[in-house]
Amino acid sequence: MPYPPVGAIDCDLHPAVPSIKALLPYLDDHWRDMVIQRGVHELDSISYPKNAPISARPDWKPEVGKAGQDLVRLRKEALDGFGTKFAICNCLYGVQLLYTEDMAYAFARAVNDWIATEWLDKEPRLRASIVVSPQNPDYAAAEIDRMAVDKRFVQVLMLVMDEMPLGRRRYWPIYRAAERNGLPVGIHAGSAYRHPVTSVGWPTYYAEDSAAQSQAFQTTLTSLITEGVFAEFPELKVVLLESGFAWLPAHLWRLGKFWRGLRMETPWVDRHPLEIAKDHVRLTIQPYDAPPRPDDLEKLIEHFDSDEMLLFSSDYPHWHYEGNNAIPDGISRALQNKICYDNPLATYPRLKEAVT
Amino acid sequence: MAKHIAAKVEDIPPGTRVSVEVAGRKVAIFNVDGEYFGLRDACPHMGGLLSEGVVIGLVEANKPGCYNYSRGGEIVRCPWHGWEFDLRTGKSRFDPKRWKTHSYDIEVGDGKEMHAETVDVSTEGDYVIVKF
Ligand code: FES
Repeated sequence: MPYPPVGAIDCDLHPAVPSIKALLPYLDDHWRDMVIQRGVHELDSISYPKNAPISARPDWKPEVGKAGQDLVRLRKEALDGFGTKFAICNCLYGVQLLYTEDMAYAFARAVNDWIATEWLDKEPRLRASIVVSPQNPDYAAAEIDRMAVDKRFVQVLMLVMDEMPLGRRRYWPIYRAAERNGLPVGIHAGSAYRHPVTSVGWPTYYAEDSAAQSQAFQTTLTSLITEGVFAEFPELKVVLLESGFAWLPAHLWRLGKFWRGLRMETPWVDRHPLEIAKDHVRLTIQPYDAPPRPDDLEKLIEHFDSDEMLLFSSDYPHWHYEGNNAIPDGISRALQNKICYDNPLATYPRLKEAVT
Repeated sequence: MAKHIAAKVEDIPPGTRVSVEVAGRKVAIFNVDGEYFGLRDACPHMGGLLSEGVVIGLVEANKPGCYNYSRGGEIVRCPWHGWEFDLRTGKSRFDPKRWKTHSYDIEVGDGKEMHAETVDVSTEGDYVIVKF
């Protein structure tokens, strides 16, 4: 597997909140007291369990603490390691798990301020997504407006499995705020655990959970298209993070087949779902689910009918490959350049501004 | 363009449709409030008989949640997989440029001096005439 070309833009890496203590200075006085008084634990979920291989590559795992919590190591292993020009921090802390809207909002603000101070201020190659509390989309929109003033925040971050499918109008204040601020919405693997992670019930094993993420992405993408999010917000881009991508054409062929026969249910869906996805949807490449023969990979990507949809991601510190070989075999040099550079710049207007 | 008698007017009252074979062609003829429309009676997808489809109106949207309903009865849904076709043009709704079925001009006349294969032409009454 090849290295990414020098100067690549890494669209998904994960600085870790070392512990809830790190966020205390960034919480409002009331919420800091509440965390202590109520004895609020770490907002960890069953996503990325500490010892699961997916959570941290062994050579990126510290003796103590979490992989990705140390800027010095992240700088050396991810930024210098891949030679990235910019890397987008997607902080996965369990803000979305909380049942109280107010506390979730407080934690979202704390996480964003913590990222700005502890990471972005210290490393100019880093950019970040705005963590929001989807528990209350109006609060989420307010947080987008607050953080968007800082141009180092280039995206809004949500989890793929929330209370309900993400296309529902309940969430539209988030998309409206994202579009208004020229920010794509990144939808990351993971769950608020309001429902089982598969549509047929709780699975038994981690492998099932991991494989089920792409089903959640399929359903979410279907919801965004059929509910008319892209018709309502024509400038909006959605980036699927840790989604896998091999499923995309087949799933949209299937959706397109049903759309042809049931068009009148959703008259705002005015073209084939794959055409809509080509305009509005981007996907990161790690972890990738590719055919066993490298030659078949480019054929698979041809089914996208677009070379603009894939974005480079290292997914640091999650374990999907060895060394710096983060580009799947079978992708031409020209396509690598699109994936690592042109496509991210076209997707993130704020990165484009930063290079011109 | 030749004219072919397809049916007697009273065989296709408003709101109904028939399937007829005229000079070797299967034609679905719909009567929408006294206006006649003719389509090749085979869906371009897999050949479903459009004459057996349900007719609905045209549903359009300029934004999500909006259902602009017009032209009641002028869209037929193929009975097999639900594709919609415009009775006036034969064009599909989802991709009108690429997917369409042939549409025929229809007129009503007295049928004098016309040849008919399927209809017993008498001197009395009007006939539905397909042109191709
Ligand atoms: S045969 Fe008509 S929709 Fe399939």
